[in-house]
Amino acid sequence: MQLLVNGAREQCAKDATLAELIGHKQLRKDSLVVELNGAIIKQELWATTRLKDGDQLELLSFVGGG
Amino acid sequence: MARDILQLGSMRFTSRLFTGTGKFAAHAQIPPMLAASGSQMITVALRRIDSASQTENILDFIPKEVTLLPNTSGARNAEQAVRIARIAREAGCGDFIKIEVITDMKYLMPDNYETLRATEILAKEGFVVLPYVLPDLPLAKRLEAAGAAAVMPLGAPIGTNRGLETKELIALLIENCTVPVVVDAGIGRPSHAAAAMEMGADAVLVNTAIATAQDPAIMARAFALAVQAGRMAYLAKMAEESAVARASSPLTGFLH
Repeated sequence: MQLLVNGAREQCAKDATLAELIGHKQLRKDSLVVELNGAIIKQELWATTRLKDGDQLELLSFVGGG
Repeated sequence: MARDILQLGSMRFTSRLFTGTGKFAAHAQIPPMLAASGSQMITVALRRIDSASQTENILDFIPKEVTLLPNTSGARNAEQAVRIARIAREAGCGDFIKIEVITDMKYLMPDNYETLRATEILAKEGFVVLPYVLPDLPLAKRLEAAGAAAVMPLGAPIGTNRGLETKELIALLIENCTVPVVVDAGIGRPSHAAAAMEMGADAVLVNTAIATAQDPAIMARAFALAVQAGRMAYLAKMAEESAVARASSPLTGFLH
């Protein structure tokens, strides 16, 4: 199935969870902020959040800024 | 001097120097900078992750007692600023938000109209809203009415280090606003910060001038002292200027 991750199209295994996607991408979890179709998904829900074809994900983190 | 407190939302600050996390050569420079500055509030930004450089969490470099001030940089309109603010709060960064809406990419001038619209929305949602604006008195009064916790006029364009180019307009805000006035952007030297505080600014926000100094911690200390000096001078109520000389020694009893 296809996802839109940070504005780019990506293929993803069918019925993958958010936790699986993040694990597959080898992202640091502690600083990651996830928005799925416009709603923030807290980290404790990543393992039970199943992704669907066409989902729009924003993977964000805090950076230096003034 | 009685304890001089700056209150924003429910938070009380004894330091009137706000700092930023942008442009440091390494995140490791941030803790010593914070310690040297005594700063109790620091800005951060929110961005899409870059997996190649995702090795450190900037929040690990900010002590828990320092209030986070996420900014909405990258927002081009009120809706985008509101979205960033909500994400930052959801992500556990607290209720403070610096609204920064920029549509002009050459001078990085804040878009006052979009900033006001975002302030109206976010103040109603309980955010402690600190809008970054061009110093414009009617706009500042509208921000106050909309529930802004402070107004943050720029001294000069972001990152230019040119000081208080908008001094006369900032003075109008200081004179007429009931919310605190925080001079943000353009402050390049401790003397600029001192001048802003002498004028009666309630605080200053300094990022570039500290982060890009050869020694950010020492520069942070220099800014902290300048802010304290300027604040004390303001509270002490400065002597008047005069066009002609006024002798400091008695003009009678000369020896000749």
